[in-house]
Amino acid sequence: MAPIATPFFFYLLSAMMLVGGILVITQKNAVHSALALIVTLLAQAAIYLMLYAPFVAAVQIVLYAGGIMVLFLFVIMLVNIDRSLKEKQFNSQWWVGIIAATGLGGLFVAVYTKGKNIFPERVLSVAEADNTQKVASLLYGQYMFAFEIASLLLLVAIIGAVVMAKKKI
Amino acid sequence: MNAFVQYIESYLTSNLTPGAAGNMFWVFVYILLVFVGLSVAVICMNWLERKILAHMQVRLGPMRVGPHGLLQPFADALKLLLKEDIMPAEADSVIFWAAPFIVVLAAFTTFVVVPFGPQHAITDMNIGILFMLGVSSLSVLGIVMAGWASNSHYPLIGALRSSAQMVSYEVAMGLAVVSAILMTSLNATGTGTLSMIGIVEAQKAQGEWFIFKFFPLGLVSFAIFAIAMVAETNRAPFDLAEAESELTAGFHTEYSGFRWSLFFLAEYSAMIAVSSIAVTLWLGGWLRPFPNLLSGPRWDTFFSYFPGATFLALAAICFFNVARMPKHPYFRIQTVGLAGFGGFLAFIGLVLFIPAVSFRVQDIFWFSAKVAAFMYLYIWYRGTFPRYRFDQLMKIGWKVLLPVGLGVLILTAGVALFQQNLWRP
Amino acid sequence: MEVMLHITTLHYLVLGAALFLLGVIGVLTRRNVVIVLMSIELILNAVNLNLVAFSRLWGGQHGQIFAIFVITDAAAEAAVGLGILIAFFRNKETINIDEVNLLKW
Repeated sequence: MAPIATPFFFYLLSAMMLVGGILVITQKNAVHSALALIVTLLAQAAIYLMLYAPFVAAVQIVLYAGGIMVLFLFVIMLVNIDRSLKEKQFNSQWWVGIIAATGLGGLFVAVYTKGKNIFPERVLSVAEADNTQKVASLLYGQYMFAFEIASLLLLVAIIGAVVMAKKKI
Repeated sequence: MNAFVQYIESYLTSNLTPGAAGNMFWVFVYILLVFVGLSVAVICMNWLERKILAHMQVRLGPMRVGPHGLLQPFADALKLLLKEDIMPAEADSVIFWAAPFIVVLAAFTTFVVVPFGPQHAITDMNIGILFMLGVSSLSVLGIVMAGWASNSHYPLIGALRSSAQMVSYEVAMGLAVVSAILMTSLNATGTGTLSMIGIVEAQKAQGEWFIFKFFPLGLVSFAIFAIAMVAETNRAPFDLAEAESELTAGFHTEYSGFRWSLFFLAEYSAMIAVSSIAVTLWLGGWLRPFPNLLSGPRWDTFFSYFPGATFLALAAICFFNVARMPKHPYFRIQTVGLAGFGGFLAFIGLVLFIPAVSFRVQDIFWFSAKVAAFMYLYIWYRGTFPRYRFDQLMKIGWKVLLPVGLGVLILTAGVALFQQNLWRP
Repeated sequence: MEVMLHITTLHYLVLGAALFLLGVIGVLTRRNVVIVLMSIELILNAVNLNLVAFSRLWGGQHGQIFAIFVITDAAAEAAVGLGILIAFFRNKETINIDEVNLLKW
């Protein structure tokens, strides 16, 4: 398989992700935010493909774009958004946001400029062809316990969501 | 220039899919072919559905536009393109505009991995079947958005119904698919595959279609998928999302003209896509009948006559109907047109008898024939079954298909483990 | 220009950091609960991107496994969070997060 990690696609997809992310946090209408988030998620799935992680990409599409976002859209439709559209969209602690963002950003810049030399120059080659098989044998071998706990977590989440959202049990 | 020609020719000798061979030129050619083929298939389906439904209800169906209404789909398409594109005043314009494109993109993107033959797929992904299920589930988003953006009651109710139905049946569908994928792991190495081409090759290597595997387990999982896929595409008898008598037209009530035709295109492409999943997983994909039992050059030649023979049979039907046309001068143009169409079909049939051509297209023919059988089933369902109520629909999905699917999955896993002698007491 | 033409792990990390920052800003400044939840999804996605980029760097699949677990957690979080949101909306008729400050119903 020819390498597909070309710079062009990386920058295209990053631009899509960042524009999507900015739209998510700036749009007034929650449905528009959701649409922007879907674009971000799909672009990220494509970036996973570039990183030779096709199975994660598929999980991203199936679970995030096809599952979680449908849930979001459902809830946006259930709650009445007409009122919230007329309200102020940003709270009064925007300065906290700016301070936190600059602080975190500064931290990231400091860490990455200082630590970028610790990465090995050449990335190790990974076989893409049996990615799914390898992920499967790790998931059901070494990470079996974590897998079971994740299933338990999902069960708890289902019960919690039903208890929360139902008027009368 | 020479290098370019060489680049194009270099693919013809390889027996990989264009995507796997990394040949961009042929990738584009295949994408174009799939797109054109799908559009033609949707046009044919439109005509066939109206005709077959009509004949099931003892009517004639479209008869006026062209001989036996053959030009009706083109007239419809022209009408839709020329119609005014209405957007409701209170609609959310961005999302109203984007929703049909999401649905169409989701429906068309799935065809990237559909294997029409061992090398006739745009590409072969390691995650093929998961990719198909995931991308086809994206159309739910488009439907929800279409219903919401219309800012009207019927579309919203239709969209909520439709998406609840699609999300529910995805679960049963996924379980059925998993139990089929489990069967691909019955080989020497013990590892299965998610690649669409790999699944068909596993069926060839094991010598039977997965529908007959571990009888009746394969059959039951196939039945679950076959029911779930009808619900997944919102077709009768599970079409309460667009129940004409209750919701006028469901989520696309407010759509008209070109945008509505995009929904139409997406619906039929999605039907073809899920049928291709069913054909690939359970009915042996591109494999001709009895590829192992009736092997050898003589049988190969015999089966390679089928594509041409099919087109010749269609041409014969055309000529038969030419003979039955009324002799009144009013019908002269129609008669000539039908004869011309028959001649065209006969020409295609004769071309398909050329050994080099028939050898290349026979895989595509067998795949399409199996998909066409599913398309006929869709029309047949629509003609015969009454529509379900919403609670009945949910009951079938969650209380019948899901438990049965789980049971089949566990049984399949157990039998497969037993057969592989991995189970040591 | 050399940096632009050769995509390294650092590029993915910077992208992840940018996405993370966007998510943080969204969580801290927006008043609409649904959008706050979506910003949390952005943060989780940034983390996932880093995990997968590192798994590519070291040539293993462990990072991908963690990404899958994070996605599972995101699903659970979204389900419970939106359930709470619906319960809240039913009681207070608003989805403004600033009004969730009673610590009781």
